[in-house]
This record gives sequence, structure tokens and C-alpha cells, in this order.
Amino acid sequence: MRRLLALIKKDLTDEFRTRYAINSLLLFAVIALVMVSFATGMAGLSASLHAALLWIILFFSAMSGMGRSFAKEQEKNTAPALRLAAPPEIIFWGKLCFNTILMLALAVLVLLMYIFLLNPSIGNLPLLVLLVLLGSVCLAGASTILAAIVSMAANQGTLLPILSLPVLLPFFLVVINATQTAFQGAGFSQAAGSLLFLVSYAVVIITVSLLLFRHVWQD
Amino acid sequence: MLWKIMLGIYILIVTVAAFVYAPGAAGLGDLSRIIYFHVPLAWVGVLAYLVSMLNSIRYLKKPDRDFDFRAVFNAEVGLVFTILATVTGAIFARHTWGVYWNWDPRQTSIFILMLIYAAYFVLRSSISEEENRARLSAVYCIFAFISVPLLVFIIPRLYTTLHPDPIISSSGLEMNGQMLQVFFAALLGFTGIYAWIYSLQIRLYKISQRWEGQ
Repeated sequence: MRRLLALIKKDLTDEFRTRYAINSLLLFAVIALVMVSFATGMAGLSASLHAALLWIILFFSAMSGMGRSFAKEQEKNTAPALRLAAPPEIIFWGKLCFNTILMLALAVLVLLMYIFLLNPSIGNLPLLVLLVLLGSVCLAGASTILAAIVSMAANQGTLLPILSLPVLLPFFLVVINATQTAFQGAGFSQAAGSLLFLVSYAVVIITVSLLLFRHVWQD
Repeated sequence: MLWKIMLGIYILIVTVAAFVYAPGAAGLGDLSRIIYFHVPLAWVGVLAYLVSMLNSIRYLKKPDRDFDFRAVFNAEVGLVFTILATVTGAIFARHTWGVYWNWDPRQTSIFILMLIYAAYFVLRSSISEEENRARLSAVYCIFAFISVPLLVFIIPRLYTTLHPDPIISSSGLEMNGQMLQVFFAALLGFTGIYAWIYSLQIRLYKISQRWEGQ
């Protein structure tokens, strides 16, 4: 536990010093949002379009940021030291927590800016916020182990979205549908099935990642 | 050798039976005959992926190049069969629903299966070191398998589908005795073709190993 906290603290400190992920992620998200806002203009979009656009922006911003978490260890040659310092499971939890924090921060910002720029009519705001936050946890959970795989391969920039999409598609099908109903103003009871799916998806993905991470993280 | 000749004759009989012996389904007519080819293709596609995943697990337990090879060629075979299943499905969709592609939950599932295979090969091509490649692609193969039960069992339940569901649910296509006979015979036959390809690949692998040894 102490080592886990130390690891998260190390990543956060590193992040605040270099501000790489924060800067690039934010800018990427802003660019994507502005593009969407620009392209759609003031045309009133339907709830299904809002849900789809929101998750497309979140997916690609996440992909541009998550990949860094392991790649930076490889680039700076700090990976061997990390291997010595803690067992793989702790490393995984540390990176997962860091990615989740990053992703949650990003999601809140994207959601705020989305509402600000595109002015969608929102039927059920608490449900929408809950879906976006829960979805961010799923995104971070799925991409952490994939980021570790990608960090050991060539052409890293394009590989992470390619690998993530098949794993995330069932999740996207459900979350985009639920987000659409949240925009339309569905109650929590209507979205209960989707919420349950998201929670179990996150649990399954993180469990499988934990089982497999040992094999990724060896020299 | 004998069983391969038998298999050839068997497939021939099943193919003829699919067109002659089995009657067309009510409402669909001759269009329904595609299920004797489309469903077995999809079945082998998923089966090959399952075998690939199991071999990936075996590889992680015991890093032996043998298992890696099996995982790869099963993915290759699976990709071919999945593409064939998608194409035959699209032809059926064109003539019953009116379009080749409409993101029906079933079509989405098979499309994701193709994406997984494609991503698997992209990953393999971007890792040059042999052991790393085998290990990491095995991890990916297992990890991506999470999607499969979700897609096969959960997503089609959540969303309405136009896809006929002859085995899993009672609604949809009604099949009589003769149709079922041909249907299961075709499933068996295509699984036999898969077994044939499997044994051919293993032989090829053994020869290449011996070649390297010399």
C-alpha cells in the first residue's frame, strides 16, 4: 500500500513537473471540441449525435494521453528500476490509479467544455455526469495494460487506439446508448441495466488485466 | 489420407443436400439455404479464435514456440472464416433486410471479431523481437477475448436484432427435421475442414522446424 501511494505520487509529481500529458491531453481535447463545435455550428443536434460526439472526443483524447504512462518509463530507461522497486501488481495498480485520475480530470473538463461550446439540452445531468465518470474509469482500466503492451512495440502513436477499440466497442455500444437517454432525460431506474453493465465491465477488465500484467511487465 | 477423401465426399453430399434435400424455410424460401454455409463459417471463426486464445494461455504458462505458432495460425484461419461469414451474412441481409450493412448487433459482433484479429496482426508486425512478440500478442489475444462473450450473449439481448436466431432462442427461424439434419451435418463438415487445415498447418510447422534444425 505504501509503495502504491509512492508510485502514484511519483507519477503525479512527474506529471506536474513536465506537464506533458496535461498539456497535450487538454489541447487535444480542446482541438477536438472546437472542431466539432465549428463543424456543427449552431445546428441543433439530436441527443444520439451529442452522445456519439462526446464519446468520440473522450476516446481519442484518452488514447493520446494513456499511452504515455508506460512509454515514458521506457524512454527514460526507468522501467528496470521500477521492476526492482515493486512487484508487477503494485505497478499495475499505481499506473491504473494514475491513469484513472488523469482520465477523470479530462472527462470533467471535456464535459464542462462540451456543455459550454455545444449547448446540448440535458435531461438528466446527474446521470450524465455519473455515466461520463464511470465510463472514464472503464477507459482507463482497459487502456492501462494495453499501454504497457504498446510501450514495448514500434509505431506507438497509432497502435494504442487500434488495440483498444475492439476491447472497448461493447462498452461504447452501451455507454453511448445510455448517454443518449441521459441527454433525453431518462431516470436512474431506466439506466440501471447500463450502469450495472459498466460496473461489471470495469471489474472484469481490471481483474483480467491484473492476471495478465505479470506477463507483460517482465524483461 | 483416407479421412480427407471421406471429408471431401461428405462436404459434397452436404452441399448438394443443402440445395436439394432441405426445404426452404417459411417466408424466406431459398434464401434460407445460406444458413447451411453462413452459420458454420461463423462457428469456425469463433472456434478458431477460442483455440487461439487457449494456446495463448498455454504459451504464457510455458513459453514454447509451438504454442505461439498454433495461436497465430488459428488467428489466421479464424480471420479468413470470419470474413467469409461476414460476406455471406451481408448477402443474406441484402436480400432480406434490403441493405448489405446496417450495424445490426450481430453484424457489429462479427465486425469486432475481425477487428480483434486485425489488431492482433498489427501488434505482431510491430514487435520485432521474437519472444516479446509471442508473449505480448498472447496477452492481447486473451485480453481481447473479454469482448467475445459480451458480444455474443449480452449485446444482442440488449438491442433488438433482425438476425434470425435458430439455435439459441426459440423465436426467429423455425427449422423442421430435414433442415436441422442438414444444418448440423454442415456444422460437422465445416468443423472437419477446420481440423484438416489444423493438421496441415501442424505438418507444415514440423517440416519447417526440421528444416531449421539441419
